Amino acid sequence: MKEKDIYSELSSIRSLMERSAKFISLSGLSGVMAGIYALLGAYTGYRIVYYEASGLTYREYYIDEYSIIFRLFMVAVTVLVFSIGTGILLTVRNARKKGETVWNPVSRKLLLSLLIPLAAGGLFILILLYRGYYGIIAPACLLFYGLALVSGSHYTYPDVKWLGICEIILGLLAALMPGYGLIFWTIGFGLLHILYGSVMHFKYDR
Amino acid sequence: MKLSLEHFDKAFENRIRLQIMSVLVANDSYDFNSLKDLLKVTDGNLASHLKALEKEEYITVTKTFLGRKPNTSYAASDKGRDAFKLHLKALENLIKQQK
Repeated sequence: MKEKDIYSELSSIRSLMERSAKFISLSGLSGVMAGIYALLGAYTGYRIVYYEASGLTYREYYIDEYSIIFRLFMVAVTVLVFSIGTGILLTVRNARKKGETVWNPVSRKLLLSLLIPLAAGGLFILILLYRGYYGIIAPACLLFYGLALVSGSHYTYPDVKWLGICEIILGLLAALMPGYGLIFWTIGFGLLHILYGSVMHFKYDR
Repeated sequence: MKLSLEHFDKAFENRIRLQIMSVLVANDSYDFNSLKDLLKVTDGNLASHLKALEKEEYITVTKTFLGRKPNTSYAASDKGRDAFKLHLKALENLIKQQK
């Protein structure tokens, strides 16, 4: 066996171990797009709460009218649907380009480890909404999303773990400072996604 | 120059077998079809190599049914993991000797 052969053998083993255990087709651009949707959503939410609810009086910005809550909820759902849709679309495209399959044991494990904290968090937030604890929604979103990313990061790029940790920290800060939920939400889901997505795009996709 | 072939595992001489083993060592278990997609080999080819590894007791086979479809998944045994590590060591030694 020639030395060159051994090297190619070893590098093929390495790449296989990595590809079989990590899902590397996640698209960085979809992170950027999710961030942009979140910024648009946050702006719409801000308009709904701060402009239309109040006339001339100051600090009447309580989110307790059902119509406002419903509209905010619809904005959030729209942002979520668009982000997930774009994410799936771009990831499928990315996988095709790399000649990988999208639906394989790794992506299944990745999805499962993301979905457990997300589903628990989502239900928790719906329950809080139902019981009227609106102030905890932004911190809970950030916190559970961060936990989901950290748990999913075992099956994809390690960078995802750092995004998750940043989201967790933001969530805790948001919980410390009630009233600034929207700002933290905008940083966490908007700016961080754009930053992370661009880093991923230039680091892995090109 | 004579190269030491100590620990050089005959079962891994075939490239596909070594590749199968690397996937199974990196994962808890892997099913037949996913393995086929990943390695881009034909059914028959993959099956025969899996059979050979099974005969060496390097891998364990679990057959289950997903609804009506049979689903066979493979996992590396402890013996297989050790053999894989030894084989990598042997490759490493080969490189060192050639320097």
